[in-house]
Amino acid sequence: MNDISQALHMALTLLIQLDAGLVEIVRLSLEVSLSAVGLASLIGLPLGGAIALFRFPGRRALAVLLSALMGLPPVVVGLLVYLLLSRAGPLGVLGLLFTPTAMVIAQTILVAPIVAALARQVIEDLWAEYREQLTSLGAKPGHALWTLLWDGRFSLVTAVLAGFGRASAEVGAVMIVGGNIDHVTRVMTTAIALETSKGDLALALGLGFILIALSLVINGAAFLLRDAARQGH
Amino acid sequence: MANGAILPLRLESVCYDTAGKRLIDALSLSLSSGPRTVILGPNGAGKSLTLRLCHGLLAPTAGAVRWLGPGGAEAARRQAMVFQRPVMLRRSAAANIDYALKLQRIPHARRVVRIREVLEETGLTPLARHAARHLSIGEQQRLALSRAWATAPEVLFLDEPTASLDPTATRAVEEIISAIDLSGTKIIMTTHDLSQARRLADEIVFLHRGRLMEQRPAAEFFASPATAEAAAFIEGRLQW
Repeated sequence: MNDISQALHMALTLLIQLDAGLVEIVRLSLEVSLSAVGLASLIGLPLGGAIALFRFPGRRALAVLLSALMGLPPVVVGLLVYLLLSRAGPLGVLGLLFTPTAMVIAQTILVAPIVAALARQVIEDLWAEYREQLTSLGAKPGHALWTLLWDGRFSLVTAVLAGFGRASAEVGAVMIVGGNIDHVTRVMTTAIALETSKGDLALALGLGFILIALSLVINGAAFLLRDAARQGH
Repeated sequence: MANGAILPLRLESVCYDTAGKRLIDALSLSLSSGPRTVILGPNGAGKSLTLRLCHGLLAPTAGAVRWLGPGGAEAARRQAMVFQRPVMLRRSAAANIDYALKLQRIPHARRVVRIREVLEETGLTPLARHAARHLSIGEQQRLALSRAWATAPEVLFLDEPTASLDPTATRAVEEIISAIDLSGTKIIMTTHDLSQARRLADEIVFLHRGRLMEQRPAAEFFASPATAEAAAFIEGRLQW
């Protein structure tokens, strides 16, 4: 019990003093996860919308696949990206393994299906409401897609936030492709795993607090946005 | 009005089935420019379906919908429709109209002028910058009318445009419909409301159970309906 309260005390001290090592780790975590979520949104939002709007062979299968991929185990994604980027792998020449870029790639793969699957749901509902009106106004499906993405923006932000929650919380993928190298690829989750096993509970706890706070902020924002969406702009 | 009129519109033995049920049965009729046409009939007569078939939102199971005018090839972009429940995009009232004009590739300068004009004509100028979804249902329907009117369509379809409105909003919408008619746009609307049909119709298309019963000038139709169904409907005792 004493250990824990001591660790708590030290963790709070680290936070209040804005410890340089802690700040570095938090900044890299945010950089990696935000980049991954940005890329995943660029891919996932139009992809989900397209599956909702366009009728093509294999559309249902693709929708099911996307939903299944939402629960992709991070370690498996890490392993696949590791195989791709390792020296002997097809993309080995790029020398990306154990860099933040590799971590962004892995998290993008992890998050894109989440964003796409949630976006598909949102856009499908919206399309049911808008279909006749947009068709009547002369919007081709390609044009309608952008209209729906814009009109669904409040609901779609929650899809993106769900993706960010996933990216910032996962440890398996970034551990494997990043390698948890100090000052290079160490992020909050991998640092917590390492420091805990080393017995340095203060840093681990401090990072844990930040992660939880981040998750609270994200969910709070999602809540507010959903409210805004319900009011219907 | 570049390449000539798209009217007249002809329906040739149009049938529409869904789930094995025939909802529109061998409907043939011709609609030409000029008179305000009201498609009248009890609930379930197939009025809205007929409008959607005319507007191209639904494809007939059998038969054909043809625009016979010299501009017929361009029919799709020369017609507009206002629905019973307007669907407003999540943007301002003015931006909703702008969206429709952009789809018609109308240049910016002309869009600005046109938006101002139609907002003025529908009494919505003070609400131009308001979020369209925050307007009352009556205001939304007026905005739907201005959005449809903005592109100066040759034909305007209206599907029970006042069915969800109170009497004041209904009167406002009817006045706008009359103004659109005066501007030279052919009005084709559905209603189940007899008094509204009397107020607005020049010509009545009376449907019952997916079949055309009568197509006649409104005055004649109301004075001496030719079919027993129409007579019963006018007297308010048509049993479905």
